Amino acid sequence: MFASFMTNAWLVGTVVALLAGATGFFVVMRGSSFAAHAVPNGAFAGAAGATLVGVAPLIGLVSFSVLAALGIGASRRHRSDVATAMALVGMLALGAAFLSLSAAYEPQVEALLFGEILGVSSSQLAPVLAIAAACFVALAVMYRPLLLQAAAPDLAAARGLNATTLEMGFMLTLALGASLTVPVVGALLSFSLTVGPPAAARLLTRRPATALALSMGLSLATLWVALAAAYQSDLPVGFFVGTLSALLYVVVRLATRRRGAGA
Amino acid sequence: MSNIVEVTGVDVEMAGRLVLSDVDFHLEAGEFAGLIGSNGAGKTTLLRLMLGLLTPTRGEVRWPSDALAQRRVGYVPQKVNLDVDVPLRVRDFVALGEDGHRYGLRRRPRSTWQRVDDVLESVEGAALAERRIGALSGGELQRVLLAHALVSRPELLLLDEPLANLDPGATQDIVELLARVRDREGVAVLLSAHDINSLIGVMDRVVYIANAHVASGRTNEVVRPDVLSALYGHHVDVVRVHGRVLVVTGDANDEAWPSHPELVVE
Amino acid sequence: MLHWLVEPGLWSNSAVHLGAAVGVVVAAVSAWVGLFTVLRAQSFAGHALADVAMAGGAGAGLLAWPALVGFVTGSLAGAGAMELIGVERLRQRDVATGVVLGAATGLSALFLYLVSLDSSSSGATQVILFGSLFSVSAHVLWLVLVACALLAVGVAAIGRPLLFSSVSPEAAGARGVRVARVSLSFTAVMAVTVGLSAIVLGAVLSTALLIGPPAAALRLGRGLRATGLAAAAFGTGAVLAGVVASYDSYYWWPSHRALPVSFCVVTVIVLELAAVSAVRALARRRGDG
Repeated sequence: MFASFMTNAWLVGTVVALLAGATGFFVVMRGSSFAAHAVPNGAFAGAAGATLVGVAPLIGLVSFSVLAALGIGASRRHRSDVATAMALVGMLALGAAFLSLSAAYEPQVEALLFGEILGVSSSQLAPVLAIAAACFVALAVMYRPLLLQAAAPDLAAARGLNATTLEMGFMLTLALGASLTVPVVGALLSFSLTVGPPAAARLLTRRPATALALSMGLSLATLWVALAAAYQSDLPVGFFVGTLSALLYVVVRLATRRRGAGA
Repeated sequence: MSNIVEVTGVDVEMAGRLVLSDVDFHLEAGEFAGLIGSNGAGKTTLLRLMLGLLTPTRGEVRWPSDALAQRRVGYVPQKVNLDVDVPLRVRDFVALGEDGHRYGLRRRPRSTWQRVDDVLESVEGAALAERRIGALSGGELQRVLLAHALVSRPELLLLDEPLANLDPGATQDIVELLARVRDREGVAVLLSAHDINSLIGVMDRVVYIANAHVASGRTNEVVRPDVLSALYGHHVDVVRVHGRVLVVTGDANDEAWPSHPELVVE
Repeated sequence: MLHWLVEPGLWSNSAVHLGAAVGVVVAAVSAWVGLFTVLRAQSFAGHALADVAMAGGAGAGLLAWPALVGFVTGSLAGAGAMELIGVERLRQRDVATGVVLGAATGLSALFLYLVSLDSSSSGATQVILFGSLFSVSAHVLWLVLVACALLAVGVAAIGRPLLFSSVSPEAAGARGVRVARVSLSFTAVMAVTVGLSAIVLGAVLSTALLIGPPAAALRLGRGLRATGLAAAAFGTGAVLAGVVASYDSYYWWPSHRALPVSFCVVTVIVLELAAVSAVRALARRRGDG
């Protein structure tokens, strides 16, 4: 499992999981989990398109997920759940078309949808790390405004926070994170890694900073276990991420139910 | 006394309807003012206008000491929708009233946390400090929202219907608390309500809103039949019953009521 | 002109006819069910059912059962689970639902992988996720017709109480409508519809057929019957246009790779939504001016 060809996988996996946990903390706080469902599908379409056209996957991943994210962000005001659902499905259909046109093999399709341990090649390592670093910086800069806006949007607006700027900034960060997560975890399960561990974390503590750290930690643990299990069993990474996230959430939810609301 | 805010000649039109028309009033530093009007009269609209969340169709809102732009106006909305599981303590939420608008991640100085604790103390909410904000009762949340608005030492505090859904005892408590806060912090207060009586003892100024128009001044100057009739656009009586003030609006309808001489005021 | 629109052989291709027939019937029923779904703001629940349908379909693939059985069974199982957890009582996009359904998607990953190991069943992923309308067999058409007929009867039976309790649950309850029972029945109807749509567009894209056409129809701002008919028109129109486009696309490139039917249908649905939104925005602007 720790052979040299796997170091890349562990490194990328660690970075991706930490970012997913951090981003997910805000996703859950803002109630944007439907958007978190939809944006990775944009990355999927982008990766498929990149394969078709013959450019580096990262270009496709980033461009389409950003497009999808900004589109969803812009529709926030008018019946957004239908827009988000259609974006979710539309991007998936687009990706399917690209894959069909490029005569992709079934394993390729499955890798994009359900993840692959070696999803990110070592040549992509530098840009992946750079993008991840930029995302962490962005989240740090937006930390308090995001908290305030998530808890009480009216108060945030009254304090002069521009809702649109904040929304777009956050959606952009979400998109960049998705473009890194999708190759490893798969388009259909990226959402689980982003939302599951933070949903569990917030039940375990009432301090925001602790919840953020715990989100990142639980996300990391989930991905490490998923990578190890996928390596040992040859089963898709996404399967483990999906089931482990759900298990983690259910266990924490049941365990904290007894403590009651004041905890 | 200097004016904190001046509203001049303001019209607000929403969905083709004139919700506020030719509104003129001002608030002075340290004043306790009540924005009185029935439900749907436009109180929340006026508050949102003052906060810059709405633009007037005509007229303007001026801040002589630039309080709004300098973030020295605190706002306590009627309610905030909070998820039960949100990982924010009351202390965290109140602290965001001080620095939640700032981008960047500078460490919160000890003085901020001290201020948070002081403000919670002054609204009698110190015991709530470590609770999750999603797990509070309505009354508790109200105190927290008040603390959140006060933490950055505003010049003016705007409260949207803080007395709605409260029984008379609780109403009394909140009004007295607000009066104490005004005295201690020197902040001007404007709160909207539909019943004038809970505020009569405490108000320096009443801003009475009816029929999309506004009359502003001392209570005994505004709550009079002539002033209010002009406001409503039809005859209005002001009656005192056992010390409580009643504003009697609406159309006369002799046939609807059987005649009970003791009830009739002519 | 028809020659320009339609490539040779379309009219004599029985696979296309079958696929189109199945698609049109499902789209017609799905439009009405989807209309109530959107009105009841249950789009997320509809999408969630599709996720579980996917796991069902993948599981069926593993057991070498027909996909339709897997989709409908999975979807109904998902509906049952949702009723147990009480999804209706939680907020729409509740995190809990999403995370637990992530497990269903994870299971799909497992099943599809296991299916792909068996070399005799290639293309299973494609079929289950994205549908294969053109490889539908005749007896599936009969099954679909029967299911749709039952659905139509079911919706008609609960139609009025459903509408009443969707618009105003308290008033309906006060008038003796068994709101909980109606709600449960509707969830079951949604589940079967999602299962059927999965045959047409694949599990992953079935949501588009469920909520896209009704969403577009609602933007026309008419009464319920007109909106339902418009939704059915949009849905069946999208299926037919998609079928034709997909068939034609085989001839568009020298490589003879056709665009998948599901992609074409979804594209038409998206275009319908965009067109209706644009028309409404223009009309509104003209109304103000």
